[in-house]
Formats: sequence, C-alpha cells, structure tokens
Amino acid sequence: MPTSAPTMPAARAGSRTPGSRWLQTEAGKGWVTISPPLIYALLLLIGPIIVIVANSFWSQDYLTIDRSFTLENYKAALTEPIYRDLLFRSLFVSVTVAFVTVILAYPVAWFVSFRGGRYKGLWLFIITVPFWSGYLLRILSWKVILGYKGVLNETLLYLGVIAEPLSSLIYNVNAAIITLAHSWAAFAILPLFVSLEKLDRSLLEAAADLGDGPVRRFLRITLPLTAPGIIAALMIVMIPTVGDYVTPKLVGGKDGVMIANAIQVQFGKASNWPLGAALAVSTMVIVTMVAGAIVLLIAGLKRLVK
Amino acid sequence: MRPGALSRRLLAAYVIVYVAILYFPVLLLPVFSFNDSATPKLPLVGFTTKWYASLAGNEAMHGAAWNSLIVGVSAALLSTVLGICAARAMTRHRFRGMAAASSVIMAPLILPEIIIAISLLVVLLGLGVQLSLLTVILGHLLICVPYSVTVLVSGFEGFDPSMEEASRDLGETGFGTLRRVTLPMLAPSIVSSLLVTFTISLDEFILAFFLSGTEPTLPVYIWGQLRFAAKLPNVLALGSILIAASLLMLTAAELFRRRAERKMELRP
Amino acid sequence: MTETMTHPSLKADIAPAAATRPMIEIRNVDKVFGNFRALDTLNASIREGEFFSLLGPSGCGKTTLLRMIGGFDEPTSGEILIGGQDMAGKPPNLRPTNMVFQSYAIFPHLNVSENIAYGLKRLKLGRSEEEKRVKEALAQVELSNLGPRMGNQLSGGQRQRVALARALVMRPKVLLLDEPLSALDKNLREQMQVELRHLQRQIGITFVLVTHDQYEALSMSDRIAVMFSGQIAQIAEPKEIYQNPATRKVADFLGGMNFLTASELAVDGRQFRATLPGIGAITGHLSGKEITDPASAIIGIRPERLRIVWEGETADHIVTARVVDRNYYGEMTSLMVAIDGQAEEISVVETNDFGADDIPVGSVIRITYDRDAFIIMQG
Repeated sequence: MPTSAPTMPAARAGSRTPGSRWLQTEAGKGWVTISPPLIYALLLLIGPIIVIVANSFWSQDYLTIDRSFTLENYKAALTEPIYRDLLFRSLFVSVTVAFVTVILAYPVAWFVSFRGGRYKGLWLFIITVPFWSGYLLRILSWKVILGYKGVLNETLLYLGVIAEPLSSLIYNVNAAIITLAHSWAAFAILPLFVSLEKLDRSLLEAAADLGDGPVRRFLRITLPLTAPGIIAALMIVMIPTVGDYVTPKLVGGKDGVMIANAIQVQFGKASNWPLGAALAVSTMVIVTMVAGAIVLLIAGLKRLVK
Repeated sequence: MRPGALSRRLLAAYVIVYVAILYFPVLLLPVFSFNDSATPKLPLVGFTTKWYASLAGNEAMHGAAWNSLIVGVSAALLSTVLGICAARAMTRHRFRGMAAASSVIMAPLILPEIIIAISLLVVLLGLGVQLSLLTVILGHLLICVPYSVTVLVSGFEGFDPSMEEASRDLGETGFGTLRRVTLPMLAPSIVSSLLVTFTISLDEFILAFFLSGTEPTLPVYIWGQLRFAAKLPNVLALGSILIAASLLMLTAAELFRRRAERKMELRP
Repeated sequence: MTETMTHPSLKADIAPAAATRPMIEIRNVDKVFGNFRALDTLNASIREGEFFSLLGPSGCGKTTLLRMIGGFDEPTSGEILIGGQDMAGKPPNLRPTNMVFQSYAIFPHLNVSENIAYGLKRLKLGRSEEEKRVKEALAQVELSNLGPRMGNQLSGGQRQRVALARALVMRPKVLLLDEPLSALDKNLREQMQVELRHLQRQIGITFVLVTHDQYEALSMSDRIAVMFSGQIAQIAEPKEIYQNPATRKVADFLGGMNFLTASELAVDGRQFRATLPGIGAITGHLSGKEITDPASAIIGIRPERLRIVWEGETADHIVTARVVDRNYYGEMTSLMVAIDGQAEEISVVETNDFGADDIPVGSVIRITYDRDAFIIMQG
C-alpha cells in the first residue's frame, strides 16, 4: 500500500498556480488580511497627501489651477512675514506644549505604573477619559475660565489677590498653550505608562543593590530606559498640536493665531489651494525636522547620563 | 516619618491635583448649564433646567444629532471591521512590509487633523464628489481605524492562536472558526471598539467641519452657534449632554474591555 | 479533491489492521523559513497503533514536523502520507488527525461538554449520539462531573484532560500531542505519563508525541525519533536509544555518558575492538547500527555500568581511579574519577547501600565494568 501509490509532485504543483501558492504562504495571508484597511488608508490618506504635495507646486488663477511647476507658493509660505511668523509661532506652541505636557505627565505615569497596584487600569481610565469627551466644549470651557469676566478672574477678585480683572489671561499665545496642554495631557500619559510598564523592575533592584539611591536609580535606569516612551509622548503631542485649528480660534485671539487658521483661510474664503497646500506641506516638513532634532537631542542626553 | 514617605505623599498629592485639573474644565460647563443666567460666570445665581428644555424644540439641533448618529454608527461599524482585519494581520501574521503597512494605517493617529481634512477635501472636490454625511464618514473612518486597531490588537493578543488551530483541527472550516471561536472570543473587544470609535466620531470636529457640506454634525452645529452669545447657555446644555453620553459610552467600553481581559484569564 | 475520503465523519471508520503497517510516512521533508532550514530531508515511517515520540532540544524542528502532520504547516518540499494518502494542501480540518496543543487551547467561552462537542457539531450526528459520545469521552478522561464547568475555570491537569477528550472524541487515526505535559508540575506529570500510555494501549490508535524530556519519551514510547537541528539522528525503541545511541549527541541528550579516550579502535564486521589507556583492551557489538566513519567513532560507557569494587571483593577487570569530586543525590552518589591515560574525568554512579556517599575526595578506588557495557558511537 505505501509504495504502490505513486505520487506525482509535478502534477500536484501544476494544479496550483504560483499566485494561489503565494496566497497560502505566511506573507500572502498577511497581506490579504491587512489589505482592506491598508488600501483604504492608501486611497483616502496617502493618495490625497500626494495630491496636496502636488498642489503645492502648482498655482491658481482665480478658479483655474495651472499645473506647471512653480516654487512660488513655498517662497510665499517661507518668506512672507505673516506666514513665517505663523509657522514659527505654531512650532513654538507645539514644542512648548509637548514638553510641558510630558514633564507634567511623567510623574503621573510613574505613579500609576509603580504605585497603581491593582488599580492601574482604573487610574489609566480615569486619566484618559477627559481626552475623549467634548473636544470643543473643553476649549470653550477654558474660554469661560480665562475670560475677562471668567471664573479665574472672578475667583481671584473674590479672594482679593487682584483688584481688577486681568485681561492678560486670554487671547494670547499663553492661553493657547494652556488649553492645548490640558487637551493633550491625558494622551501623553499612555506612551509614558507603556514604557514604564515595560521597565524590568529587577533592574532597579540591581541598581539599588549596587549602591544607587532613589534619585540616581531614576536618572540612570528609569529615565534612559523610558526614553522611547518620552520621545513617543513628545511626538504624539507635538505633531497634532502644530496643526490645531479650534484652540487658537477660540482662546488665542489675534496674537494666538496659528498656521492651521491660515491654511483654513486658503481652502475657504481666500481659496488659494496651492498656497494652502504649500503652507500645510511646509508645516509638516518643518515639524518633522524639529521632531528629528528632538530625538537626536534625547539620544545625546541619554549618552550623557551613564 | 520614614525617609521617602514624604516624597510619596507629595507625589500622591500631585497626582490628585493633576487629575482634578484634568476634570475641572470638563465638569465646569455642565455646572453652568444648570445656572439661571444667560452668561457663564460666577457667582452662580440659581438652578434651572430651562436650557435643556429649550433644546427639545430645536429642529436644527435634532437634525444635527441625527446626522451625528448616522455618521457615528457608520464610522464605528466600518472602522471596527477594518480594525479587525488590521489587528488580525498584525498579531497573527509575520511578513515583510508589515511595519510599513501598519504605520500607514496608524498614521492618522499622529497627523494633524487639518492635514487629513484638507487633503481629503481637495481630492473629493477634485473628483466632483458632493460634500455630504458620506464624506464625513469617509474622513471619520480614517481617524477611527487606528483606535479600533489598538483596542482589537489587545483583544487578539489576549487569546491563544492555537484556539483557532484547535478549531480547524476539530474539523471546522475557516469561516466556521471565525464564527464559533474568533468572534465570540473577540466580542468584548469588538463592543469596546464600537463604543470608542462611536465616541470619537461623535466628538470629532475638524474633519466634520471641512467635509460636512450642508448637513452639520453636532460639533459643527455647536461651532455655528458659538457666534451667537445668546445661544451660549443652550450650547452648554447640549455640550453637557454630549459629555455625559461620551462618559457613559467610554465607561461601557472600559467595562467590556475588562470583561475581555477576564475572559482570557485562566484561573491557575 | 477527494474530500469525502477524509471527511471527519469517516475518521471513526478505520478498521484495525496489522500493527506494522505505516500510518504516517514522511518522505524527504524539508522546511525552509527564509534562510533558515528548519527541517532537512526527513524520512520516517510511523506504524499504525504505535506510540511514537519526537524527542529533541528546543528548536530542533520536532514541533514543526508535528504541525506539518496536523496540517498547520506545509513542507517546503517532500511529502507526508497518512494512511497511504498524500496530505499535500489538505487543511487540518480535512485530515484524519487531531491535536492536543501545548497550551491546550481550551475554548474559554464554552464549558467542558461544549468544548468536547465542538468538533462533533460539524458531523451532525444528532443530539443523542452527540451527548453519548461526549459522556463517553468525559468518562474516558475521568472528568464525568465537570461537564458544565467553563473552560477558563479549569486547573492545568483538567485542561489537559479536556484537550485530550476533545481530540479523541473525533476518533482520529492519529493523535498528535505537542508537549502536552510540560505545563504540569512533576507529580501530576508522572501520573499523566502513565495514564496517557494506558489510554493509548486501550484505544489502539497512533500517538505522536513531541517532547524535550528524555524520561518522558523513554517511559511512554514504543519508538523514539531523536532530532537535532532539523535532522533525525536516530529512530529506535527506547531501550536501544538509551543503551546503544547512534551518535555522541544522542548519547549526551539521553542522560550521562562517559566518552573514553582510545589509543586504537577498529570496526570488524558487526564487532569492534579498542584499546583504552588506563582501562585496557575491550570489545563490543555494533548492534543494529552502522558506523559509516570509523575514524571519527568514539567509545563510551554509561556511568551506572561502572561499579566500585569494595574491599575484599574481586572482579575480572579492575581499574584504579582517583576520586576528584563527589555529588550526593539521596539514594545514589555520583563520583567523578580520574584515570591515568583518560583525557576526561569519568563519572561513576553507585547506590549508597555500601557507603559510596562516604568515599572521601582524593582517595583512590577500584572500579570495574560489565564486558558488554561499552558502546561505539558516531562522533
């Protein structure tokens, strides 16, 4: 029986085409499974971003788009004082917000990870919930808090700290920074918490065993080993905030206008798509460069504390 | 006092203050929404529910709520389906290019929404597509999928791949395995993903603002009302309802997520 | 596609045949993952009704081979036949095999009875037949009162039994077991070894077991295939594997072996002769194996085949040795001794009945050996 049944590998291989054979491999199955969301993201995200990049090299004359290559939009975006200032201000705001958020969030993430015990999940839930609810309303709320007749001024007046309402609380860059930092605080906790959770606790015990006190342990073990989480948290705050639109509009006032507002104007009222596209692309390129610089900076700092 | 005990207490106090500040602005508006005054300011003058009552007859608001519901349900369902595909590929298959593919899918998590919004807007208008609820759904799908993936990846990671192999081994087909093992095991994660993505869609403003055309969602409607100072109390009431709804759904999502964890957990 | 031939409903209808007929044939099977050759031209034939073990260190390819038999992986080349049928391209649900997974893979959302009935549901047996089979399976693994317990409320040993019942209720031709006992603690593991062996004898189907535990393989199997880095080093019965390992690696993997320095070594027909410095001239049998390269062959002896010659005793072959180390194991003591002319220290295992545990390190003792205890192995 075993030897009498001749097997024909050639015939067997022929019955399956190379394509269907590939679908049976690990890579084939993986690509097939991931393709619906991947194709969706390629068509509706990557494709449109390429179109925007292309647009930024075109020009617009009233309603018609001229598709000949030009760098005029970038020249305008990077040299005209109004756009240049907006770009710098947006960058300044997003970098500041990122660092403020991460510095304020780190102790909380540490607390949840090291002292959270059984309630880690609950803590994390409580801290992240505000991030998900009432985006517009939270910003509006800061307007109510920081306004001339707002909650903060009224409280300070009531307590006698100030004699008349402060007008410097709202409609400036600081108000935008405070509001954005509050918006993103909860989100920054997540990558920090994840990297702290991954930290092998026996490394800290080993450091203690070798004579390091709590502060040195933190500086020599915890901080360097959670650097990836710190970087991730900085990025996850910095990159989205650079393009925030609502906060500058509601609490930023004239001095707090950011690049997103200018971009919106070009795609709305002013209707100069190519210029808007160039502003958007410039913002992304510059923020990516700043992000790269921050990563390098942190890598350098890490080498310093050994 | 033991050395270190002081710093422990300081840290605990810091965390409590941090969480309080996190919640203060979120809970402040609901307080004003019950205040019997046309402007949100201290001191509070008296309790009223009239701002809520006046919402009842507001046709435009009802339309916006209906629109939000359609967008939210569609985005939640579709992004969860796409999320299942992505999460499955990421946890069950190892292949070249997977990291690149998943970073494309997860990119909306970190991109400024305005970039996503204008890119989509330019392409859709270029293709001659009318802005409608459908275009909002398309946009929301992009930003919801990454969250869906995050929730579902932990769902997939929580259950042993040999469960599915065991099902095949016991004679079940691929589809039967999906129906009898994979989906029941993932059910809590799927519910959690639906609730989280619905909440995100319900709350999302920028994409809806750019892509909604003449049919506003609730946040777009609220944005429109902000121009009228007299409407502010109504906006606060509506916003408070939205926050309450979000909190409820997120709590439910968290409970389902925990149930998923418990389900996977094996008693020793 | 000859789907009807291997439909699970027919798994039950296998007539018992001569115990020597091959149930599984593995012919020139290769498995390549990228640049890594996980399995290298494997050939093996597993008999009907046999308890067959794949033994080897982790990463040797034993699990990969088992998964290929079950249909969870396809060979890169070569073929696997079960019951004379080529299994190429057949998914696990169309193979006459069932598996007990290392993690047991008990469905946590189903109770014990539902877990066991999982595969039966597809056979559409009818409610009463299904219930009867589940009941029988529960009884078979002694879990009759646990039917309603949920899958995630079971202990390790109970999960192992459910996994076993769930696979056996399908009445497969072959039961595949992927390290089924490795998650259990020592006492339970030993008890389950005995039970598994009994069960296999009782049902009479082929069991293929993957394990890295040599005692488990030796105590349970009819035959063992020892694997190293994707290749089968030896297939033989447990006693043969232990007493007459084919290669130095096999000998090492299956417990302690003393490798001896030989000044002269010759293979002559089925015999070998050697001169061992400090020990003397010895002879031995090749037994069932071939020594393809006598130049690299090596002579060895198991530590328990060396005995201490106590004061007042005599023996035919006496070797003097100096004790360099002593390790106490309760009922036994292992002595490491140095013999002039032998490059490596030699281990002697002796029961403590005569006071082996009191022999001081540094003392000189006399040892002897059984004439037929020397083994020749491929280096």
